[in-house]
Amino acid sequence: MEKRVVITGLGVVAPNAVEVSQFESALRDGLSGIEKSAMLEELNFGCQIVGIPKYNPDDLKKIVPKSLLIKLENEAIKYSCLAGTEAWKDAGLKFTSRDSEPDWDSGIVFGVGTLAMDGFISGKLKYVDSGNTRKGGPRVVEQSMNSGAATYINEILGLGNVVTSNSSACATGTEAIIQGYERIKSGKASKMLCGSCESQGKYIWGAFDGMRILCNDSNDNPTNGSRPMSANARGFVPGAGAGALVLEELESALSRNAKIYGEIVGGDVNSGGQRNGGSITAGSSIATIRCIKATLEQSGIDASEIDLISGHLTATIADAKEIENWAIALDRKGDDFPYINAPKSMIGHCIGASGSIEMVGVVLQLYKGFIHPTINIEELHPDILKVINENKVPRKVIEHKLNYVIKASFGFGDVNSCIILKKWNENGR
Amino acid sequence: MDDKEIYAKLKVIIEPYLDDEVDMESLTLDSHLINELNINSAHVIDIVLDIENEFDIEIDDDSIMKMETIQNVLNIIKEKSTEQLS
Repeated sequence: MEKRVVITGLGVVAPNAVEVSQFESALRDGLSGIEKSAMLEELNFGCQIVGIPKYNPDDLKKIVPKSLLIKLENEAIKYSCLAGTEAWKDAGLKFTSRDSEPDWDSGIVFGVGTLAMDGFISGKLKYVDSGNTRKGGPRVVEQSMNSGAATYINEILGLGNVVTSNSSACATGTEAIIQGYERIKSGKASKMLCGSCESQGKYIWGAFDGMRILCNDSNDNPTNGSRPMSANARGFVPGAGAGALVLEELESALSRNAKIYGEIVGGDVNSGGQRNGGSITAGSSIATIRCIKATLEQSGIDASEIDLISGHLTATIADAKEIENWAIALDRKGDDFPYINAPKSMIGHCIGASGSIEMVGVVLQLYKGFIHPTINIEELHPDILKVINENKVPRKVIEHKLNYVIKASFGFGDVNSCIILKKWNENGR
Repeated sequence: MDDKEIYAKLKVIIEPYLDDEVDMESLTLDSHLINELNINSAHVIDIVLDIENEFDIEIDDDSIMKMETIQNVLNIIKEKSTEQLS
């Protein structure tokens, strides 16, 4: 018998807000977290605007043991420790004491796009290149291995079920949640901390800048740079951060009287196989549509019941195609299309962290009953207007009861991930 | 540099690697780095690098293997300082 899975804790370190309550306000207000980077200007980047979270370093001292914090340099790991512990505490859960056994029923899936490309790595590689590896010190492996963020979080939490890190480019965050969901659904764990992170820095962003897919026309007007669905969208604005969610088996959550934010009723991942128009860097529509449909099927609901889509929508030429795919998969268009919004308009594209940060936003909208605005649209892209009505893309926050929300993330490698959340009501149906 | 000076500098180096539960006051020459002070083996290497910078010496791998107590570390610093001066 499959277990039901609910969400009982949230944590976030995002470009426009740190901590969940601040993030909710920022989303409601349409607050942009995008700023000009003097470093990227100096380095002659095409795109010199980015989203970097502004956390308080003192907050790290409260959760990361002093002996670990002293040479913790990777920003993505810091974001993850903050978001992960916030979610765990928000769920009303305790850290396992240092002299007891780990919590065998709880685990972690905490993904990342590329952990080792944080700026700290240049200070380490120089020792290798100059034939002096021993000067690099002993902490490079734990801060550059892909499971580094999950590992640091678990140093604090002390969990004993699966502890791993997935990676599927920009689909990573949503996929992490699905992996945790499946773990609990199949009865192999009772609680899973799921999320993802992406660091800041010139090496990560430089790689994307070299692809010429970043926004290069807004260096003097940073908050206006990320324009998903817009007629004048000009590429994505990179961001950094981490998002974390505590997933919990329903009976476990009920038995300890936990706050329930919502239920995950469906989650699917797939790949287009880089066939039929798909490639390493382009998604195939048939796979995207198939992934959304499979998620719907799992959830057992009719597409007409979806109230809100939280899109992947990065502010590239792929946005119009994405809207078309949603319309086909849900068989809804024009005025019948659900509301849709684009969190990346405020936080930029946080790459591996995007799915989890945005999912925290989705859960907040479902739980509190609102739809956050999509900012920076002067004019919707004409190809989008051919498919949906203008009023389906709110530019101001709307208070609106939501019963079902669908979220998808798509990534390089032609991979897709999609989740449907259901509003929780006290009678549990 | 006498033992007292070296010990004082060493304490400053080691302090950040101790967890809050470990009391700095309880540190003695016989304190065992890993077993008593709870310093993990990777952090011992960090301490070695900090010592190298502070005392301008190099500590070879064989010597690191001998660094069990604070006294051992002191001895190695003295030994290397003398050796590498000459």
